[in-house]
Amino acid sequence: MVKSKRTKAGDLAIAFVCVLLILVCLLPMLNVLARSLSSTEYIIRNEVLLWPKGWNVEAYRLVLSDSKYTWSLAWTAILTVICVAVSMTMTILCAYPLIYRDLKGRRFFNTMILFTMYFSAGTIPHYLLYKDLGLLNHPLVLIIPNSLSVFYMIIMRTFFYSIPDSLRESAEIDGAGPVRILFSIYLPLSKPVLATLSLFYAVGRWNGFSDALMYMNDRRYHPIQLLLYNILNAVTSIEIQTQEGFASAPGISDTIQAATVMFATVPILIVYPWLQKYFISGATLGALKD
Amino acid sequence: MKGRLTINRRRVINYLRKYWSLYVMLSIPIAYFIIFRYIPMTYIQIAFKRYSIVQSPWEMPWAGDNGFEYFIKAFRNLDFLYALRNTLLLNFLDLIMGFPAPIILALLLNELAFPRFKRLTQSVAYLPHFLSWIIIAGLAKQLFAPTSGLINIFLNRLGFQSIPFLNDPTHWVFTYVFLGIWRNVGWNTIIYLAALTNINPELYEASAIDGANRWQNIWYITLPGLRPTIFTLLILSLGNILSSEFDRPYALSNPLVNSVSNVISIFVYRYGIRGLQFSLTTAVGLFQSVVCVIFLVAANALAKRFGERGIW
Repeated sequence: MVKSKRTKAGDLAIAFVCVLLILVCLLPMLNVLARSLSSTEYIIRNEVLLWPKGWNVEAYRLVLSDSKYTWSLAWTAILTVICVAVSMTMTILCAYPLIYRDLKGRRFFNTMILFTMYFSAGTIPHYLLYKDLGLLNHPLVLIIPNSLSVFYMIIMRTFFYSIPDSLRESAEIDGAGPVRILFSIYLPLSKPVLATLSLFYAVGRWNGFSDALMYMNDRRYHPIQLLLYNILNAVTSIEIQTQEGFASAPGISDTIQAATVMFATVPILIVYPWLQKYFISGATLGALKD
Repeated sequence: MKGRLTINRRRVINYLRKYWSLYVMLSIPIAYFIIFRYIPMTYIQIAFKRYSIVQSPWEMPWAGDNGFEYFIKAFRNLDFLYALRNTLLLNFLDLIMGFPAPIILALLLNELAFPRFKRLTQSVAYLPHFLSWIIIAGLAKQLFAPTSGLINIFLNRLGFQSIPFLNDPTHWVFTYVFLGIWRNVGWNTIIYLAALTNINPELYEASAIDGANRWQNIWYITLPGLRPTIFTLLILSLGNILSSEFDRPYALSNPLVNSVSNVISIFVYRYGIRGLQFSLTTAVGLFQSVVCVIFLVAANALAKRFGERGIW
């Protein structure tokens, strides 16, 4: 009896730590959301904590009326859709043939692909190659060069392996070729991993900015994250000035900054709960060694 | 003789008839790897040559000092030496503070007695992994602002001085590490939680009969069950000790903390892509890649000597 009581105390302590963890994960987002919806005077007086004060959607109106911003949002959405389509095609084309154990050269292809995971030429050789290929400042540079992730390819291959060979063999006896088998057996059975990897590729593209920073000078093709970075850093320089004693009022820029952050976060918050049940199984697959 | 040849040829023809489509499929990703992963490797020779915009890498003249001119220049460049130090420092702190964090969290989640609450905690803890470093930097700048940030407002109300989380080099380093943990700790538990499901439940039943308490269960059953996973991830982390992320330090840095936030990837970006010193930065990149491979191989060998499985 005494023992079970002590266990219960332990359980409650663990639950308490988990509650703290949840708060640490969510409070920053709530705080920024509250700031984005508050009026400037409360922000300057440091009164906005987790709930908006002096309801104010001006910042969102300002951000939405900025054509630079709406274009960037639309362009990043288009880019993300294209990237997911290209990347998933490449990943399937790479993973599927490699599950045929009697494919000649399979070992060679596997080694060749895995080697790129451990050794990379580095940033500058890639930059110079894109320059020679004419990809610099071309929208394709944001789509093609990183369209295939070896890690995600391995996740997909591991999933394909989990589909019993007997299924494939019986289709072969019925006269189906590899392409037919891919479309009628493997892809329909792989929906969870297809959803997971699409999500991973989409998040990667939506969140990515370093390729655009390095290889794309044309601001029209800058994804949303890079625009966001410029907005945030314009504000930072003001803040540093105030800290060093210059007079300045960061109030308005503060709400705009908050609203911009919320805008770039919301798409992810919307898709997250829907895809969550898939990506956990996908990420676990990646953990298994081939 | 002739008969065997025709059989062989028939076998080849049958094989190709069956599998030609697989080679067609594979040709596209293989072409991708050749063009975007292997051809850049031929550009590595620029590290040993004087870069010239009008020549191909094969035609460029060799650099001085037996071709090692730019490696020597790099190690005489103060910016590079600082970048090297900062990369090692930040990665080392990430390793000692960030590596154990998901293990501890996974153990906590494993011990959590309320299944629905466990799922909620997991859902919320995975979320930060899906935010970009730019967004996290935006959140952090608002949260940690010296006068108007939530954290410092609380500190002030409790009677403490404001802490310059992002504007002072020493504080910045720890904020950087903390934000890394914040983003990835939940996500990184997935792999450990998967490993935990492979532990034989009979072990816990037996230990319950023996009257083992929670700590004994963790120490004698759970942690040994996680051992192979921990070692695999540790090898990979050690292999990454000199690799440097770009997004994270670039997004989080500001002019006040450049002395600690400039890592190798940022050095390469500033000197190479913005400064056009291609030979120097290719040399730096090659040094980094080679050291990464050496560390990975060494860590793997070491793990195998300790009786672990290793990563290959």
